[in-house]
Amino acid sequence: MTALKLENIHKSFGQVHVLKDIDLEVSEGEFIVFVGPSGCGKSTLLRVIAGLEDATSGTISIGGRDVTTAPPAKRGIAMVFQSYALYPHLDVTGNMALGLKQAGEDKATIAERIDIAAKMLSLEDYLKRRPAELSGGQRQRVAIGRAIVRKPELFLFDEPLSNLDAALRMATRVEIARLHRELGASMIYVTHDQTEAMTLADRIVVLRDGRVEQVGSPMQLYNDPDNQFVAGFLGAPSMNFLPAAALGAKGATLGIRPEHLRVSPDGQIKGTVTHVERLGGDTNLLVGTDAGDTVTVRLFGQHDQRVGQPIALSYDPARAYAFDAEGHRLRS
Amino acid sequence: MNKARQNPLNSFAAHAALITWTVIALFPVVVILINSFKTRKAIFREPLALPSADSFSTIGYETVMKQGDFFLYFQNSFIVTVASLFFILLFGAMAAFALSEYRFRGNTLMGLYLALGIMIPIRIGTVAILELMVQTGLVNTLWALILVYTAQGLPLAVFILSEFMRQVSDDLKNAGRIDGMSEYAIFFKLVLPLVRPAMATVAVFNMIPIWNDLWFPLILAPGEETKTLTLGSQVFIGQFVTDWNAVLSALSLAILPVLVLYVIFSRQLIRGITSGAVK
Repeated sequence: MTALKLENIHKSFGQVHVLKDIDLEVSEGEFIVFVGPSGCGKSTLLRVIAGLEDATSGTISIGGRDVTTAPPAKRGIAMVFQSYALYPHLDVTGNMALGLKQAGEDKATIAERIDIAAKMLSLEDYLKRRPAELSGGQRQRVAIGRAIVRKPELFLFDEPLSNLDAALRMATRVEIARLHRELGASMIYVTHDQTEAMTLADRIVVLRDGRVEQVGSPMQLYNDPDNQFVAGFLGAPSMNFLPAAALGAKGATLGIRPEHLRVSPDGQIKGTVTHVERLGGDTNLLVGTDAGDTVTVRLFGQHDQRVGQPIALSYDPARAYAFDAEGHRLRS
Repeated sequence: MNKARQNPLNSFAAHAALITWTVIALFPVVVILINSFKTRKAIFREPLALPSADSFSTIGYETVMKQGDFFLYFQNSFIVTVASLFFILLFGAMAAFALSEYRFRGNTLMGLYLALGIMIPIRIGTVAILELMVQTGLVNTLWALILVYTAQGLPLAVFILSEFMRQVSDDLKNAGRIDGMSEYAIFFKLVLPLVRPAMATVAVFNMIPIWNDLWFPLILAPGEETKTLTLGSQVFIGQFVTDWNAVLSALSLAILPVLVLYVIFSRQLIRGITSGAVK
C-alpha cells in the first residue's frame, strides 16, 4: 500500500515558483529522505505534505486518502521540528498528551501510549519536567515522543538533528533508525546533510530549485547518478569535476570520486599538493593540478605527503562519470 | 567579567548617576507624601521638612474621607483603568497576531494604518468624540472613558505586540496546528503566554496616562457618579483658595493603586518561562 502519493504538486509564493511538478510515491514502511541545498524547496514540500502550506495545484494522498484540502490534524501525520517546538508551559507528559487530548482520546489510552513512547525513548525519569529543564537531546526525544504517541500513518522530520552537537547527532541518528525499524512506520525526513541522507534513507529524493533531480536508494544515487548535481551533492569529500578534453575522455566534464584517484608516478593528472587533512583512518589531499583545477584525493590510511610536493594521480576510466555541457550524465 | 566593569571608579560613577536619577524621580513624590501629613502652616513655612510632633496632622486625609464619595472615585478610576487595559491587551494582541501570523492582501497597509494612531494625538478629535458620545447616549458613563482609552492605547499595543509575535517560533505554532489546536487555542495557549513580558510592557505604558488623565473625565464623564480620582481631587483646588492638605492627601492615596498594578505587571516582565521552548 502507498503511504503517500504526490501528484503534480506545484507551489508558488506570489511570483516565486518554489515547487515545480513534484510526483512521488512512498510505500508503507519506507524511510524517504529529502535532501538538497538550502532554498531547494525541501522544507516547503514537507510543509505542503503536512498541510501547513497549501499546494497551489496537485493532489496529496496519505494512506490512500485524498488529503489535499484536509487540515494538518486530520491528515494522519506527526511532525518533528528542527527547533523541537515543545510547548513551554507543559511538562513532558503534557507535551505528549496534547495532540491526543485534542483528538478526544480517553485518559487510559493516552496514559498507555505515553508510557510506551517514554519507555521507547528512555524518558520515564523526565515525565514531570518542563522543556526548560531538559537538555537539547532530551528535548528532541520528547519531540519524537510527541510524534510517536499520535500513531500517525506518516512521520515527518524537519531537519531534526541540526541543533544537536556532533556526538549527539550521531547517537540520535542511530536512535531514529532504530525507531523506524521498531515502529515500521513510513517516514519522511528532510535534511541538507548528505551523511544523514545516506545513512538513514531507504530512498533518497534529491531536490534542486524545486524540482526532483533523482530518486533512488543511497547506493543507486552514489554509484549511478543521473547528473552532475546529484553526483556532486552525495559523497564526502564530494566528487571531482575535471574538463574531459584534457584527459581524452568523452563529454564536457569528467567526474571522479576522491577515493577513486590513486597516487602513481606515471599518473595522467599532474599537480602539487596544496593542503593535507590527516584524519587518522583517511588522508585527504587537496591537489592543484597543472591545468589549474583543484581535486581532492582520499587515501585510505596514513600517508606522508607534504604541502608543496609535486604529485601525479591516475584514475580508473571505468569508475569515472562523463557529463555533457548541461551536466547530464553520458552513459556508455 | 571584564576589567572596565570592575573598576571601582566606573562603578562609583554608574551608581552616582543612578542614585541622582532616583532622587530626582522620587523627589516630587516624597514632597507630596511628607506634606500630606503636615498642617497647612507647616506646608508653607517649610515645605521640605519632615512632619514633626508639632506639624503632624492628618487633617488632609480627614477632609478627603469626608468630602464627597472618594471611594466611589477610586472605584471609577480603577474600573476604567483595568477595563481599558483589558480591552487594549485583548484586541491589541488579537490584531497583532493577525498581522504577524497571516499573509493577506493589504497586511502591511493595515499595519501602517493601525500604527498611524501613535502619531496622531486622540485629543485632537475631542469635539467629534463628545458629539459621538452624546448621540450614543454614553456621556457620563464609564463606558465612554473605557472606549476612548481603548482606542487611544490600541495603536501602540498593536505595534509593540506584533513585533514580539513575529519572534514567536513558527515551529511552535505549527506543532499546535498538527496537534489539532484551533487558531484561537494557538493564540491563547501558545502565543499569549510567550509574549507576556511584552503585554506587561504595554500595560504599564498605558496604565499611568489613563489613571492620571483629567481631560476626558472632565469632558465625557464629569457627573458625580462617574468622576474619576483625578477629577474628584479637583474639588479641592479652587479659583481663590486651594485646600492643599486635601489635594496632597488625595494625590498620595492615588499613587497606591497604580503602584499595586505596576508591581503585578512588573512581575510578569521578569518571569521568563519561554526558555526551553525552542532551541
